[in-house]
Amino acid sequence: MRIENHPILTFEKGPKVKFIFDGKEMEGFEGEPVAAALHAAGVRVLSHSQIHNRPRGFWCAIGNCSSCNMRIDGVPNVRSCVEPLKEGMTVETQKGKGDLNA
Amino acid sequence: MLKTDVLVIGAGPAGLKAALSAAGQGAEVILVERDPFLGGQLVKQTHMFFGSKEQYASERGINIGKILARDVDENEKIRILKDTTALGYYEDKRVAIESQGKFETVDNKALIVTTGAQENTLVFPNCDLPGIYGAGAVQTLMNVHGVVPGNKVAMVGAGNIGVIVSYQLLQAGIDVVAIIEALPKIGAYLVHASKVRRMGVPILTSHTVIEAQGTERLERVVIAKIDDKWQPVPGTEQTLEVDVLCVSVGLTPLTELLFMAGCRMAHIGELGGHVALRDKNMETSVSNIFVAGDVSGIEEASAAMVEGQVAGLTAARNLGYGLEDYEEKVTAAQRELDNLRRGPVGGKIRAGLEKLYKEGEVAV
Repeated sequence: MRIENHPILTFEKGPKVKFIFDGKEMEGFEGEPVAAALHAAGVRVLSHSQIHNRPRGFWCAIGNCSSCNMRIDGVPNVRSCVEPLKEGMTVETQKGKGDLNA
Repeated sequence: MLKTDVLVIGAGPAGLKAALSAAGQGAEVILVERDPFLGGQLVKQTHMFFGSKEQYASERGINIGKILARDVDENEKIRILKDTTALGYYEDKRVAIESQGKFETVDNKALIVTTGAQENTLVFPNCDLPGIYGAGAVQTLMNVHGVVPGNKVAMVGAGNIGVIVSYQLLQAGIDVVAIIEALPKIGAYLVHASKVRRMGVPILTSHTVIEAQGTERLERVVIAKIDDKWQPVPGTEQTLEVDVLCVSVGLTPLTELLFMAGCRMAHIGELGGHVALRDKNMETSVSNIFVAGDVSGIEEASAAMVEGQVAGLTAARNLGYGLEDYEEKVTAAQRELDNLRRGPVGGKIRAGLEKLYKEGEVAV
């Protein structure tokens, strides 16, 4: 969900773009972080922990903590909270450490 | 390889002021910023600042960020490298940077580290469930990106950040169920705390989180009262039906570069963790390496700006720039810092700095 009316802020957004999340087509705004577009679309689980496979969402949202690491356009361990969304991106939930050869 | 007089790492309130002050004295400056924008965390601070005219009192944080960013943009002595991450500090004093997959090094005569801080986590069963976020993260999501963080939110921590973010959640039309604080009293400025109380949000002091519940995401939080030995009081458990839990339990300075550079460090709880030993002019134990803002000790953005000023002026002075008015300018800035740290709210930072300077005398 997006904030429609705010007493102080107006949100300047880029054009609407389509991207693929775990095989499903989704919409977001160009240039906003991938994690923000996913959160607005109701997605909370971004990765799974390395040992116990526990679901993980973002934690810091400013690129410090790596809780939101995802596989984006085939590259694992991309910090989805600071990665700008682009038309046609392929975004996947990261499992464990991520595999560079997959 | 790039070359400059003064290299500033981080374009938050401290870094922007440091760059402006050093450039103002005549030094060439490179300002490196990881984000694609300037301002650091000011970009999400919709509340008005305190302090005096010099620190933009009564102005909203977001606007202060814009004013400083514009001044830096217009300054011909400052070269801005956005979207650029500082990777490391090398023995030849060069700093490695990366931008869009490209590696580069920056040769510098003075380095000002203004890398800020990260949010602390809180440990309890299921504290890693999606839906449990740093309070700053939720602030970023709603104030910068315009995304609704959740339907019902509980906040842990009644310090300034916890209370201010709670108010901003209410402003965005989001239900804040309660603010939970382990201490027996509210840490935030009363003016902020009374605002959220007037809007009907209970602030539960002497309370803590017992556990979070949910499978794929947060569904519920169990809280309880704690006694004066910090133990949960049986029978006082309450269940809050929330889909977001914000955690606002302090910040830790981001000191990696300072450790790499061999600055003498000390762990000082009042300042948020490990900090570099430094003198009153913000110079660390390594000559010509400076710190300012949260990385030098967790404090408010107003103090960060003035510390940035002191660091920028002194770095320039060390390189021979602005010798004629240095003393006058740095004395005025020091006085502003003293004013900001006066009274009961400055107690913690004053205690922290006292320990820091004492440690410095012993260590140096």
